[in-house]
Amino acid sequence: MLDELDRRLLNLVQTRLPVAPEPYRELAQELGVAEEEVIGRLRRLIEAKVIRRLGAIFDSRKVGYVGTLCAFKVPAERVAEVAAEVNRHPGVTHNYLRDHEYNMWFTILAGSEAGLNETLREIKERTGINECLVLPAANIFKIRVNFDLA
Amino acid sequence: MLNKLDRALVRELQEGLPLVKRPFLAIAQKLGMSEAEVLARVRKFIERGVIRRFGAAVRHQDLGYVANAMVVWRVPDERVPEVGRIMASFSEVTHCYERVRASGWPYNLYTVIHGRTEEQCREAAARIAEAAGVSDYLLLFSMAELKKNSMKYFVEG
Repeated sequence: MLDELDRRLLNLVQTRLPVAPEPYRELAQELGVAEEEVIGRLRRLIEAKVIRRLGAIFDSRKVGYVGTLCAFKVPAERVAEVAAEVNRHPGVTHNYLRDHEYNMWFTILAGSEAGLNETLREIKERTGINECLVLPAANIFKIRVNFDLA
Repeated sequence: MLNKLDRALVRELQEGLPLVKRPFLAIAQKLGMSEAEVLARVRKFIERGVIRRFGAAVRHQDLGYVANAMVVWRVPDERVPEVGRIMASFSEVTHCYERVRASGWPYNLYTVIHGRTEEQCREAAARIAEAAGVSDYLLLFSMAELKKNSMKYFVEG
């Protein structure tokens, strides 16, 4: 699936894309291949969804957004239906089913505190789920989303 | 605060860097700016931390990291800064947050641990517990990814 050049390219672009007029040419030089090769491979990796986003990864707080982690206790037979309602909201960016009685864990982002509360209120109202943890971050010690492919 | 041009630039950048020889020029032309100005604003975003990372976000499942556990830890408030730093230093930990405790839910530190197997995650959690001197914790393994999207900012309203 991924060949050696893909891996080298991914390792490189995970950490750093040059902020320069010709970033792909700089990557190509570093990898010792043609610029077209780099662009073609990035296109293929994006199409295959190996790369979810190329370029800017934003800090939502510094962009001016607020967010929280939420956990719902959802009866097993209602998971699909509740997930559909939760996921419908564009501010819900992550949603995981986890092996605990609080089984649905999702994050919500919104442009304001009021918007956040409104989204949460709407989700609770439309799903009828009342057993809910709302766990806003107080402090961030680490966010690292790159993985070593070597 | 981000001004109107900044927000327009965020909106373009979040669509992904264009796959053309001069991607910043392509964005500049859309926004009626110069390439140099776009580059300068992107650099300023990075400096101010608005852009956390300028690179690629990769699906870790494709890289063999198929197991992930959110580990919730109960840590005395006064130990949180120290414990948070210790936990963040582990390479298996990709996210480490302090969160407000909820009623009936005493956990206040949250780490996400990725591994190639659940066993690797458990073993990492045990090492972290030992290093941090925290024994009250739960591993919540992911059974299914129900949604994972990058946020689209400034698209509504």
